[in-house]
Amino acid sequence: MEEFAALIDALVYTRSRNAKLALIADYLRATPDPDRGWALAALTDGMDFKAVKSSTIRNLMKERVDPILWSLSRDFVGDTAETASLLWPEPSSDVEAPPGVAEAVALLGAMTRTTVLTELPMMLDRLDPSGRYALLKLATGAMRIGISARLGKVAFAQAFDVSVDEVEEYWHALQPPYAELFAWAAGGAAPPETENLPLFRPFMLAHPLEDAQVSMDDYAAEWKWDGIRVQLVHVANENGGETRLYSRSGDDISATFPELLDALAIPAVLDGELLVRGSTQGGVQNDRTQGGAASFNALQQRLGRKTVSKKMLSEAPAFVRLYDALAIEGEDLRTLPWSDRRGHLERFIPRLPDSHFDLSQIVEAGDFDQLAEIRASARDDAIEGLMLKRRDAPYVAGRKAGMWYKWKRDPLLIDCVLMYAQRGSGKRSSFYSDYTFGCWNGDPDAGAELLPVGKAYSGFTDEELKKIDRHVRQNTLNRFGPVRETDKSLVFEVAFDSVHQSKRHKSGLAMRFPRIHRIRWDKPAHEADRMTALEALIRD
Amino acid sequence: MIADFSWIRPEPHGIHVVPADCWIDPSRAVDKALVTHGHADHARGGHGQTIATPETLGIMKLRYATDEGATSVSYGETIRLPGNVDATYIPAGHVLGSAQILLEHAGEKVIVTGDYKRRADPTCLPFEVTPCDILITEATFGLPLFVHPPIAEEVGKLLKALHDNPECCVLVGAYALGKAQRVIAELRAAGHRAPIYLHGAMERMCRLYEEFGVELGDLRLVADHDKEAMRGAIVVCPPSALNDRWSRRLPDPITAMASGWMRVRQRARQRNVELPLIISDHADWGELTRTIEEVNPHESWITHGREEALLRWCQLHQRRARALAMVGYDDEDD
Repeated sequence: MEEFAALIDALVYTRSRNAKLALIADYLRATPDPDRGWALAALTDGMDFKAVKSSTIRNLMKERVDPILWSLSRDFVGDTAETASLLWPEPSSDVEAPPGVAEAVALLGAMTRTTVLTELPMMLDRLDPSGRYALLKLATGAMRIGISARLGKVAFAQAFDVSVDEVEEYWHALQPPYAELFAWAAGGAAPPETENLPLFRPFMLAHPLEDAQVSMDDYAAEWKWDGIRVQLVHVANENGGETRLYSRSGDDISATFPELLDALAIPAVLDGELLVRGSTQGGVQNDRTQGGAASFNALQQRLGRKTVSKKMLSEAPAFVRLYDALAIEGEDLRTLPWSDRRGHLERFIPRLPDSHFDLSQIVEAGDFDQLAEIRASARDDAIEGLMLKRRDAPYVAGRKAGMWYKWKRDPLLIDCVLMYAQRGSGKRSSFYSDYTFGCWNGDPDAGAELLPVGKAYSGFTDEELKKIDRHVRQNTLNRFGPVRETDKSLVFEVAFDSVHQSKRHKSGLAMRFPRIHRIRWDKPAHEADRMTALEALIRD
Repeated sequence: MIADFSWIRPEPHGIHVVPADCWIDPSRAVDKALVTHGHADHARGGHGQTIATPETLGIMKLRYATDEGATSVSYGETIRLPGNVDATYIPAGHVLGSAQILLEHAGEKVIVTGDYKRRADPTCLPFEVTPCDILITEATFGLPLFVHPPIAEEVGKLLKALHDNPECCVLVGAYALGKAQRVIAELRAAGHRAPIYLHGAMERMCRLYEEFGVELGDLRLVADHDKEAMRGAIVVCPPSALNDRWSRRLPDPITAMASGWMRVRQRARQRNVELPLIISDHADWGELTRTIEEVNPHESWITHGREEALLRWCQLHQRRARALAMVGYDDEDD
């Protein structure tokens, strides 16, 4: 655990990507199995211990530290694991040597909600503050130290001089501590077996188009549907076949959308947008659509659930609008140009049930200007903008320059007043970086009040963050723990993709993806927008 | 007479000693100021009269280029202020010249600690525990998570980084008044005799320390030397210069910062620090609470920093305390 803790600390303080890769690669080479495999799983977010949650740590700390002192400390540090690692009382008697990573994983995995309350403290007693930090980060499954899963895999590939694409390919067939992966890369063994496994293939992603223009001879355009990007994989095997649904990050979300699993019975790997049936939105552009897709708001009700009720299945049935085919009946199509893959997909789709699949139609435009006009006229809630795909591009993992572009539609804008600010966490700990803002429920000069309409924590630069932080500190009316109520004098121009009716919010409205567009230091608060302006933008 | 301490009033812009009509560490210009130490947030310019230790007055003269209205008072010396108020300056152990100010009036004793620490520091006299009725204490590091490790450990980390990376230089961000000189003096005490290179903004303060008898060894200016000469050397600069264009003239610098805030990882990350050194000139949580216990005042008034947590500690230990709302004291660089 000491070496792993030292690695985590070094990664926290290292800025350059290459230096981070070198640190991880050195660790992976120097550390024996299975410790290094578990460490790699921790770095790539592969760990989940059911008994250890952030709330477990909070509860343990509140037995050892005055709850008010704990809260004030947690608020200052902005990270529960780090605060606990610093405040954990040093044991008074001799303790066992620190556990290794594999031992720590075994102990954590064996804990239950009850035993964790005695066993986790015994482990923490065996560690110094850095070790406690590493252990708690590992145990709660959220390292948040600026290392993406991808970076961990690249470091692995670099450590043993193997291809990262191969690592990605095998990754999803294996479980931590990845013994077969190390045996192959470090020990020269045969590659892991992946035949007939419903593996996730890394998604091909798009760059923002920004101000660029492309020729419609080279690129095809599609709508960018406002659901979640999914990959649906079916393999045939001795049990009759298996289907899995993966999210963009490679998480297995099959259990959340069981209705899709039976719908694909032919071996294939398909890329598409998961949507739920709803009003007729999206139907106009899509002649195979059975009534169209509902807005993201409707889909959101179904996300993140481990089980689904019958009622939900009938009220908001899911379907996939297909974009691409990576493999069909054992044939890997990824090296083919997009136009060929599209041909395969169009021939394949009649073999799928209409109820659960349709095809994302190509948006026909003679030239780029015409495409721009089509984009400008689209105000459908299920459409986020356009995708531009190079006709001769193969399907490759990640974002490759010049192949795919996303051209989001222009956001909606509204002027709101800053009402509350909360301290951020992670790299923004101690800065007031999460803002709740509101609109007037009438004429502010005639006594109208602000109603909170949304929350945002992005869209500003680090310099702007410092200025807003200073504004919050100097214009505080009230403090509620980590939250400050401000004097409601600062106006934000807030950008957002859409706005919906919502019973969860006091204002009755919920914005989709609000972010700070501009800070209007110059604008008096009473000139900010009223609720009526926001309500006029609802398209539900 | 009933002890009511109405003669001393905390105001947002400083502590007002009413019968003497003078202010302690006022954050705006006043007729008569008592100044605890030379950091800019405590020692502002433009007062009619400034009463402080000779070292603090020397620091202020360096900064404001004038010593008009300066009245010097040595450690242990008591001066009589108007309205029958006596003021005594007592070492605070924070930086060169730093003082607690003991105020006595009508049989009541009030101490304003200013900023202080309880650890040994080769550049200034140690804090002296003095009994009083009201202790007005700082709380910059007033959270239980702040535990400053022994400075020898942190200096050891710095020397190890230097030793392990002979092709680089280690750039240490340190407050130009106090922290920089303490780090240099501690490096010397640890046996590091090599030249130490200074950012231009550090030079005059280091010279002033030397005039007051603090030996800092072979100091050189970055501006006078070639990039190559600084390989394998320690360079000291103000924290603001760490990520500045200025540091590009250095040979492959490893960025270090000497500050109590380095205890929190994300604080170090926010400043792009690669080598955090937990070195502070303020009292840590243990020192703050121990000092309240040892001074054992009738009541503690808490200011500058994380007042709420220290206030809570006082409640838990059945000690009378209140938090003051003062503005303009900012020790983010400590």
